Amino acid sequence: MTWSEMSPLLWEATGQTAVMVGWSTLFTVLFGLPLGVCLAGTDRGGLFPTPAVRRVLGLVVNVGRSLPFIVLMIAVIPVTRVLTGTTIGTAAAVVPLTIGAVPFFARLVETALREVGRDVVQAAEAMGAGRARVVARVLLPEALPGLVAGLTVTVVTLISYSAMAGVIGGGGLGDLAVRYGYQRFETTLMVVTVVVLVVVVQLAQTLGDAVARRLSHR
Amino acid sequence: MITVSGLRKAYGDVVALDGVDLHVGKGEVFGVLGRSGAGKSTLLRCVNLLERPDEGVVTVDGRELTALGAADLRRARQRIGMIHQHFALLSSRTVAGNVAFPLEVMGVGRAARARRVAEMLDLVGLADRAGAYPAQLSGGQKQRVGIARALAAEPSVLLSDEATSALDPATTQSILALLRRLNRELGLTILLITHEMDVIKAVCDSAAIMSDGRIAEAGPIPELLATPGSRLAAELFPLPSPEPGTVTVALAADQTLLSRLARTHDVDVAIAAGAVEQVAGVPAGRLRLRITGAGTAAALAELRGRGLLVEEDA
Repeated sequence: MTWSEMSPLLWEATGQTAVMVGWSTLFTVLFGLPLGVCLAGTDRGGLFPTPAVRRVLGLVVNVGRSLPFIVLMIAVIPVTRVLTGTTIGTAAAVVPLTIGAVPFFARLVETALREVGRDVVQAAEAMGAGRARVVARVLLPEALPGLVAGLTVTVVTLISYSAMAGVIGGGGLGDLAVRYGYQRFETTLMVVTVVVLVVVVQLAQTLGDAVARRLSHR
Repeated sequence: MITVSGLRKAYGDVVALDGVDLHVGKGEVFGVLGRSGAGKSTLLRCVNLLERPDEGVVTVDGRELTALGAADLRRARQRIGMIHQHFALLSSRTVAGNVAFPLEVMGVGRAARARRVAEMLDLVGLADRAGAYPAQLSGGQKQRVGIARALAAEPSVLLSDEATSALDPATTQSILALLRRLNRELGLTILLITHEMDVIKAVCDSAAIMSDGRIAEAGPIPELLATPGSRLAAELFPLPSPEPGTVTVALAADQTLLSRLARTHDVDVAIAAGAVEQVAGVPAGRLRLRITGAGTAAALAELRGRGLLVEEDA
């Protein structure tokens, strides 16, 4: 396979990966951040300790985390159909990607929020701050470097999950490697795809680290 | 200004507060001394209801906090400043941002906030570090930011939770001097807890000693000095064990006591031992005296009559 043959394939696959990872990252933050806040807040010693709620949330998150992504992707097909009207293609892949990443990110959010000192939270309460303000103006800003680090890990995980999206016709770099590199013995394309994936992950990680460092004033 | 009565708090089987009564007058600096685990930290956190007591009433500045609902309690807390052992500053905010926090909580507008922050930083001598982050400051500077933040909302009361325990001795002295100055200049009422005698001696008008969840002893320091058998006085001003023929007297407001005693009763007064230090800016302590001469009995009678005679030894 020549470079001019590979180039359009690579561009298309990279674009598909970017779309899948981009949208699922957005939705993961949208759902995972509040879920993480609830996980941390409902715990004993949290802002709104409610052990019963915490147990339910913890169970749901753990179920989500214990399914291998490829199984989850197939298992949530009915949900995908309801949400996107289709079960195949790039848009359809965003649904299982989001569902797979939300519990993962929520746990990372929980951990990051736990790192915020109890004394800082209490100091804010002693100044008369209500719970909503403590979350928005103390917990989240104080945990921001940790949240960005968690988001970076999540994005890298999503890139890796998205490689399996080929199974439901989502396309992307992983799918390209499987269809051409493996099934058609195009070793060159396989190698190039691997290099592209490594570079993309490296870029995401470096960018995430830089932002986290920039935000940290510890 | 602060009145606490019948306060009880238990964590499971551990009784942290076992019926605590305490009164802190307006403009007073009141120190609670105790070892760790004595319950003093719980007591302080019950005053602004960070911990809710199982029983008892807390009144601050005429408001019964224990009777307030959540929203009213939040409003009342804005008028109670607090400083912490480990400063509890927001690491994500600058010095100015930290001091602005309580003003944001109160809903003070941006311009007024900036003005007040500048004023507070001036007050604690950190005007030039407004844009620094807490991580860039020394411990003493961090506590100054803590104090500026605690006072930004013009509270009537300041609670100090071991505010100098994480600081070196020189820095401790400068922070205590600042607290004393704020007490004088702003008429600020301060309730502090500490395990360090020196803190009590340096700033407090009154003190209490806590053990096993109870107040063992409390009162103005000059009164404690004149109280026979006072544990606080003995801990603050330790004297060697008494010798025969000596008496122990309290030294407080009356600075010329000894010379006048010698003059009016025609006695010689020799100091056998003594522990005298500046307490809240005035020399105070206990002296062990050997009084000899014709008027010894009359001199002792005068001391006894004025309530200054703490111990008489055979």
